[in-house]
Amino acid sequence: MKAQKIKTGIAEAIGVILTIIILAPFLLVVVNSAKSSADIITNPISLPKHWGQMVTNLSNVIHNDNFSYWNSFFSSLLITAVSLLLLTVFSSMAAWVLVRNKTKWSNFIFMLFVSAMVIPFQVVMLPLLSTFREASNFFGIKMLQSYKGIIFAYLGFGGSMSVFILHGFVKGIPYELEEAAWIDGCSPEGTFFKIIFPLLKPVQVTVLILNGIWIWNDYLLPSLMLGLNGKIKTLPVAVSSFVGSYVKQWDLILSAALLAMIPIIILFLFAQKQIIQGMVDGAIK
Amino acid sequence: MCAKRFGTYLGKMAGKLKRGRDMNIQSKKIISITAIAVGILGMVVALYMDFSKSSSTIRGSLLIIGAILVLVGAYLLPTRKHRTIINILFLFPLVFTFAVTVLIPFALGIFYSMTDWNGIKFEKFVGLGNYISMFQSKDYMYSLVVTFLFTVINMVTVNLMAFGLALLCTSKVKGRNFYRAAYFIPNLIGGIVLGYVWQFIFNKVMTTVIQGSASMLTEPNLAIVAILIVSTWQYAGYIMMIYVTGLQSVPRDILEASNVDGANQITTLLKIKVPMIANTFTVCIFLTLVNSFKQFDLNLAITNGAPSRIIAGKPVQATEFLALNIYNTAISKNQYALGQTKAVVFFIILAIVSLTQVSISKKKEVEM
Repeated sequence: MKAQKIKTGIAEAIGVILTIIILAPFLLVVVNSAKSSADIITNPISLPKHWGQMVTNLSNVIHNDNFSYWNSFFSSLLITAVSLLLLTVFSSMAAWVLVRNKTKWSNFIFMLFVSAMVIPFQVVMLPLLSTFREASNFFGIKMLQSYKGIIFAYLGFGGSMSVFILHGFVKGIPYELEEAAWIDGCSPEGTFFKIIFPLLKPVQVTVLILNGIWIWNDYLLPSLMLGLNGKIKTLPVAVSSFVGSYVKQWDLILSAALLAMIPIIILFLFAQKQIIQGMVDGAIK
Repeated sequence: MCAKRFGTYLGKMAGKLKRGRDMNIQSKKIISITAIAVGILGMVVALYMDFSKSSSTIRGSLLIIGAILVLVGAYLLPTRKHRTIINILFLFPLVFTFAVTVLIPFALGIFYSMTDWNGIKFEKFVGLGNYISMFQSKDYMYSLVVTFLFTVINMVTVNLMAFGLALLCTSKVKGRNFYRAAYFIPNLIGGIVLGYVWQFIFNKVMTTVIQGSASMLTEPNLAIVAILIVSTWQYAGYIMMIYVTGLQSVPRDILEASNVDGANQITTLLKIKVPMIANTFTVCIFLTLVNSFKQFDLNLAITNGAPSRIIAGKPVQATEFLALNIYNTAISKNQYALGQTKAVVFFIILAIVSLTQVSISKKKEVEM
């Protein structure tokens, strides 16, 4: 009994120590974003002299032209929200059609989606840029440095995994449900939106979370498509361009990092369970 | 008498209804065909302007509006093949975006890797020339080796760390739910932001904690270790949650039985838990392999390839992994064809890893 107690004691100690180590970087960010540049250089691990300095630092960063926090925040929000909305609706529609139509075409399209999950972004990014540039010039539809272009690209890149996850789930919905609706005179699109779509909710949450975390944090695609100094910036791009123009000004850089982290940490505090569950489900499927 | 009258009344009503529906179908047909016709006309005009090199700004919107009109018209068209039309309309948005952003660039990319493409146009076909010069360049070979080393070591460290954390979080420790959430947090923040934070930690904090030491990021090998530390720190919490899910799926009665039989905790772990979650191990190992191999954000933000080191008399970037090497070749050095060639090889390696995973999982399924 005593040995058991010692064991749990050790485990608890390890748990606490690991928590401190793992969360230390975040603590350092908070502490140092409340210091002046000189204070950071003299001692980056001490507590700040005046927490009030944080307000000064944050407002400096927020009003900085290279970072323009609110603009980047709302750009990120807009891009993520619209991409997620369209991705969820369109991939549910596609998955439903691909499951319920057992033709060789639907099989082929599904296999195409599945095998495309292996394709890394690096192999398509350069031709993608030139294709989008050509298309913009030829059709007169602005695809680079525009919201519609980047949302379009996220639909294309997020689609294959979303369809794959939803496909597995739609298969499990009994076909009798649709037949019953069909006999009652419901149109196919009505059947989908009134009966199937609501049933997909649990998987749609997984799709939303997986794509949401990815799109919100993505750097390479927006940096290429929007440019580091373009009009529209997402938060990661803004942080990167800010760091580029304020090299070694750690007080400002850390304040910018803090501002970039806050939204997602707040979201995590509210939807912890769903986020963890969604990301794990996505990996296992 | 009454019934008969009622019958004729019903018949009349039915006739009216039918006529009403016919009217409805008629008008629907007219509306949908008009929409399709106007849509096609708009698209044709827009395309005509495109081909005649007009710089009119409305041609883009005209094309989009035309396409939308055609889709709406097709949706409203009353026909027996309505189901087929719905199928096509439902597939269209995703298949179209997917084709434009993934399939076409992918095919173009493989083609460009065999030309002297400069990001805008190509002049001649060079066959496998790019591939040969790529494998002859020292910096690429170095990058390849370093990336493989990093991938394998990172796979081991992440999985060991994650499994350890998972055991802790599934034990009877108080506050285990809090630990789970806390260990998971680093994984939520993007690699770019975390990379800059860690650059600060290595350059400023570590050098203060260990007085007078030089930053880890100035020494080639230590700089790679630094990226390993951050990558493990960021990723372990995520993999941990997958192990936690696996460990929780081990049936309780089996664990109780082993307890009754007198197995100690280590025996239970090695003889029961680990074999029962073998599948979880496969998933986690391949997930970390693929993601370590694709590491880009941390690499860019922490070191951006620096410092340099001398290999066979030539300086190379000591911590430039493949993804960053591809990016720098194309974007910084403007060698698009070479960068694309490297990307194709990058894809081939990843495809081989994924195929291995699929074949291993299939084998396991057969055994089960």
